[in-house]
Amino acid sequence: MLAAAITIALAAISLAMLLNLWRLLCGPDLPDRILALDTLYINTIALLVLLGIHFDSLVYFEVSLLIAMMGFIGTVVFSKYVLRGDVIE
Amino acid sequence: MSAMSAMLLEILVSLFLLASAFFTLAGSIGLARLPDFYTRLHGPTKATTLGVGGMLVASVLYFSARGEWLSLNELLITMFLFITAPISAYLLAQAALHLRVRDVSGGADKSKHPGQ
Repeated sequence: MLAAAITIALAAISLAMLLNLWRLLCGPDLPDRILALDTLYINTIALLVLLGIHFDSLVYFEVSLLIAMMGFIGTVVFSKYVLRGDVIE
Repeated sequence: MSAMSAMLLEILVSLFLLASAFFTLAGSIGLARLPDFYTRLHGPTKATTLGVGGMLVASVLYFSARGEWLSLNELLITMFLFITAPISAYLLAQAALHLRVRDVSGGADKSKHPGQ
């Protein structure tokens, strides 16, 4: 039963990531694309946690923690760049 | 662990996984389908964050039952995401106001220049 639930969740998250990719490619404005990237990394964390349960391994935890930190910094830097035209003032 | 509690745990983890997959998908559908940027901001920052939080709770349950002691590592990611999601949403909204991204009524606010 757990395997079936993991398969359904994998399919749902893959679909979600495809939707994010679509918004990233044809988002009309710059903030739309930044938001799509933000959602994409959050979905990647979900996918990695799911794979960690599937393969019964704790290695994926470190990977998702790193992605969480780097993704947040990336979003902040992109927004700051749009706001100020410069990253480090 | 007895067979009964193992099955109970499996049901619980599966329920958490399915619920969080639903919320994650709902957030991304909101990102793809809503009409303008300011409404689109709601989907990922609320529904998707809740979905990832539920998935990490499922992971905590699973690995706590597998190992000898409580595995609370995943709560670190949950906490970090729950703290950072509003911050990034705030910064994105500020950036969109600065660029005067049009809203659902068709025109951006021209009365003043936000973000400065």
